Amino acid sequence: MHKLLRTMLRVGRIAEPAGTAPAPSEAALAPTGSVQVRHVDAGSCNGCEIEIGAAFGPVYDAERYGARIVASPRHADALLVTGPVTRNLAEPLQNTYEAMPAPRRVVAIGDCARGCGAFAGAYGVVGAVGDVVPVDLEVPGCPPRPEDVVAALRELTGR
Amino acid sequence: MIQTGLWLVALGALVGAAAVVVAPERRRHVVAGSVTALVGVGGVLAGLGGLGGSTWTAVAPGLLPLGEARLAVDALSGAFLLLIGAVAVAAGVYGIGYTAPGGRHAQDLPAAHDQHLPDAAAHHASPAASRTAQATVPLFVAAMLLVPAAASVTTFLVLWELMALTSLLLVLTEHRLRASVREAGLWYAGMTHAGLVAIMTAFALVAANVGGESFDAIRAGAADLSPTVRTVALVLVLLGFGSKAGMVPLHVWLPRAHPEAPSHVSALMSAAMVKLGVYGLIRVAFDLLGGAPRWWGLLVLALGCLSALYGVLQASVAVDLKRLLAYSTSENVGLMLIGLGAAAVFAADGNRVLAGVVMAAAVLHAFNHAAFKTVLFLGAGSVLRSTGLRDLDALGGLVRRMPVTTALVAVGTLGAAALPPGNGFVSEWVLLQGLIHSVGPGGSPVVAVSIPVAVGVVALTAGLGVATFVKAFGVGFLALPRSTAAAEATESPLPMRVGMGLAAGVCLALGLLPAVAARPLDRVLGVLPEVRSIDPLADSAVTLRLNGIAGSMSPLVIAVGLVLAGTAVVALVRRLSRGVPRRVAPAWGCGAIERDPRQEYTATSFAEPLTRVFDDVLRPEQDVDVTPLAESRYLIESVTFRQRVPDRLEARIYPPLLAAATAWGRWSRRLARGSVHTYLAYGFVGLLAALLLAGVTG
Amino acid sequence: MSAGEVVGAVVASLVQVVVVVVGAPYLTGLMRQVRARMEGRAGAGVGQPARDLRKLMAKEATSPEGASWVFRAAPLVLMSTVVVLAAAVPFVTTVTPVSGASDLFAVVAVLMLGTVALTLAGLDTGTAFGGMGASREVTVLALAEPTILLAIFALSVRVGSSDLGDIVEGALATPSQLFWPASLLAAVAFAVVIVAETGRLPVDNPSTHLELTMMHEAMVLEYSGRDLGMVELASWSRLAILLGLGVNLFVPWGVATSLAPAALALGVLALVVKVCVLGAALAAFEVFMAKLRLFRVPELLAGSLLFALLAVTASFFLA
Repeated sequence: MHKLLRTMLRVGRIAEPAGTAPAPSEAALAPTGSVQVRHVDAGSCNGCEIEIGAAFGPVYDAERYGARIVASPRHADALLVTGPVTRNLAEPLQNTYEAMPAPRRVVAIGDCARGCGAFAGAYGVVGAVGDVVPVDLEVPGCPPRPEDVVAALRELTGR
Repeated sequence: MIQTGLWLVALGALVGAAAVVVAPERRRHVVAGSVTALVGVGGVLAGLGGLGGSTWTAVAPGLLPLGEARLAVDALSGAFLLLIGAVAVAAGVYGIGYTAPGGRHAQDLPAAHDQHLPDAAAHHASPAASRTAQATVPLFVAAMLLVPAAASVTTFLVLWELMALTSLLLVLTEHRLRASVREAGLWYAGMTHAGLVAIMTAFALVAANVGGESFDAIRAGAADLSPTVRTVALVLVLLGFGSKAGMVPLHVWLPRAHPEAPSHVSALMSAAMVKLGVYGLIRVAFDLLGGAPRWWGLLVLALGCLSALYGVLQASVAVDLKRLLAYSTSENVGLMLIGLGAAAVFAADGNRVLAGVVMAAAVLHAFNHAAFKTVLFLGAGSVLRSTGLRDLDALGGLVRRMPVTTALVAVGTLGAAALPPGNGFVSEWVLLQGLIHSVGPGGSPVVAVSIPVAVGVVALTAGLGVATFVKAFGVGFLALPRSTAAAEATESPLPMRVGMGLAAGVCLALGLLPAVAARPLDRVLGVLPEVRSIDPLADSAVTLRLNGIAGSMSPLVIAVGLVLAGTAVVALVRRLSRGVPRRVAPAWGCGAIERDPRQEYTATSFAEPLTRVFDDVLRPEQDVDVTPLAESRYLIESVTFRQRVPDRLEARIYPPLLAAATAWGRWSRRLARGSVHTYLAYGFVGLLAALLLAGVTG
Repeated sequence: MSAGEVVGAVVASLVQVVVVVVGAPYLTGLMRQVRARMEGRAGAGVGQPARDLRKLMAKEATSPEGASWVFRAAPLVLMSTVVVLAAAVPFVTTVTPVSGASDLFAVVAVLMLGTVALTLAGLDTGTAFGGMGASREVTVLALAEPTILLAIFALSVRVGSSDLGDIVEGALATPSQLFWPASLLAAVAFAVVIVAETGRLPVDNPSTHLELTMMHEAMVLEYSGRDLGMVELASWSRLAILLGLGVNLFVPWGVATSLAPAALALGVLALVVKVCVLGAALAAFEVFMAKLRLFRVPELLAGSLLFALLAVTASFFLA
């Protein structure tokens, strides 16, 4: 405990300074400064997951803009989907979307989610996220940089 | 009023039973139910008379073979007359519907763990509707009602045995359907008669020493009893009445007999009959013998703690709804015994103010328990009648199929879980107040050690009680049905709903306005001068206030506060989220595609953490059968899991006793060899010994 | 009590309700912020829970298919219990409008009533996680109950009453009582109970995303929109209530014993300062904690029960 405390004092605040707030966008929810996020891995290679994890880590700290990952789609305002949608995940993904209360948004994270990326045409893939649920925001990249994920979330929260 | 009531009880039962016997079969259930309710009304009248402050005595010389029949009613008798009468009214009205044709309760239980009989399926009419069963119910109620009115040893014992026999007959009603009924009957007969022997011996000992068998004579002569006689009598009555009350470890008949009896009889037994055990203890120890010594109080306190804790622990892991309720009866009797024991301890310490408070708590809890346990057993009966099930693991979803029953059971559940504004909370609160005020500077060290433990036990009991009844209500009545029988449940007939509604109404009244019980309780304590110096409860309108110690609580204010707060919250939320819709959506099963009731938590899985925490006490037996596929043993075709929580206390204590009795029986069989000469010799030796004894002592 | 005093007491109770219910989201925000700063993050700001709440009120509410009125009534019952508790417990002043609602046993029972409503709702959803959360919550509740009642018992011995107002006034009159072994032992037991009842680390992790490790969160997985808002606000308020109760029992200074406006203002200020300090300390403590295995929790609660029992006997033998 003592060691942990010393580390805390030595490191201090490591979150990077926040940039300017995003311009109002169509995808934004009512400007409430709060977005609860449910993440669904529809068949990703886990590269995007690592970057999302980084986005919510201390350095990028997406939570400071009012975004928070929650356990249930019932609690969520936005669905973060990664990966091309595989056959087995297509129905669960749709169920997850259906389970979210309105108003709701879907963010497709990474090239696979946007257009199947390297997996396009593979036998186990149904299609991009947009083929299964309506997508409001897209974050390009393979994998996308945490800054881009944070920027997309900030667009939703409006902070 | 007392006399009218008791005439109604006695004549109503006799004439009514005859009427039931001659009534045509299609009218029989109506006649039997009405007669039972009428006898109950008689009890209520007599009870109100007794609680109103009047007393009444009647002597009928030569009515009984060994002496006169003597009846007397005072406030203490009145309290129990009222309690039993009120339960009988509800159970009687309910019985009209329960024993009416139809329903699935007469079938063999599909999920029962007991052996099935080959001829079980043939029956269609409920055995509870048979002539014998229907005619016995009013007689049983009348016998129960007359027990607290008995005022001499002979009268008391005759009525006590009449009550035991009629109830035994009723427990055995469905003996053709299930082997477990016969086993339950055997245990009940054994325990109740062992109890009778203990009570009879105690009474005989006391009566012989005071030179009279009327209660008045005992009361007058009690002061001159030798300490040995008093000690033996106190221990024997504790055993005898304790076995009737379901005190652990004499409770073994209760979780067997209560589930197997027809449900309105279960309610009568669990809500009313076991209370007579408590009545017997109060009457003999605190009234007839003029107060109990301190060691006896501590003993009762310890046994009460054991009963409360063991009862609620078994209830919290029980899966059979009626068995759960039976164990919960043991728990509640335990709480009453804690009150009685603490009253004896406080009285022996000279603190009569507190003794009065805890005694009042015990009597009040008897009423509260009677009210909510009537609702719950009747509710369990409704479920059983409509689904044929009492296994919680197969129930569920009844809130939509049986909305009225569910709402009424919810009232009873709130009382049983001892949460405000339920009625059980009130008496537990009074009990806790009495207990916590006993510890303080200048008190005795024994109290300072034993009472905190008792408070801890009451608190743990309350916590586990909440777990028990969340399980019973949440798994049994809410969520999705776990079997087709539960999915096809239908609402009970009107008389059953009325019967439950009456009891639920009493629950609400006792829960919201407990102060109405203040004056009657004060009168009851007036009969027991040993534990009373001032009236324990102040007679105020909405607030329950204790006299002599600082303590006040108002369930009505809490309830009104909750309603007001709820209204305000609804109004505020409506305003804040105006125009926002509500949608009914498929339940979120974490992406699961098929939703099946088999994914739900069951009663067994709900209680699993508690089973694990109390593993050392409960020691559940678990069977896991894994059937692999024929092609490969690494692929599994099915897994069966079965868990039983046997009564460990029973398994520890009773088999050695039964084995000893059997061995003794086998040994004494050697005396009977079938030779007439030997028997004549026994007679000669016996006579000689008797004469010698007479010669020596005379 | 005259009519004027009753009106004054009702007003004081309303002040308490407003302070507790409005302040609770900010308390939770403060605790999250403390945590974030200690983890090197910037944090969402103290106002974030309030923003979440406002958003939830405007969202669609959903009921799972097959759920009954119990599911819809539970958030209301839970919120009502919170309001009653906020009105009855002496947070700002020891004068309550009605005697008989501020008895500690009654307060604990009302607190349990709220929990029970939520567990029944969890079972009513008919999902595996709802039942799991309900089962775990009820187990912790059953085992925490004896500790909390015995801790109360220990505190009530010194004033001869289990009324919260009396206990607080007694401590204000003779502050030396607070340093008796009985009070200190009871404080330890009470602290464990607060952690268990409010679902904080190490008993439960309020920010977990893994269903299998959840207790409180698993029960409310099906709620959304205004229902979820009420449930969240209620659980934040329960945290505030238990912290407020804790500080006022063991550090009672600042609580008004009258209904004078100046005393009430001071009472509100003292309450806010004390609860914020305690909340921040709890949040800082949590940073160093890992969640206990579920079946180690009973051991923690049994330990606290021992402390409570010692407190009671100490109040007798060492008084």
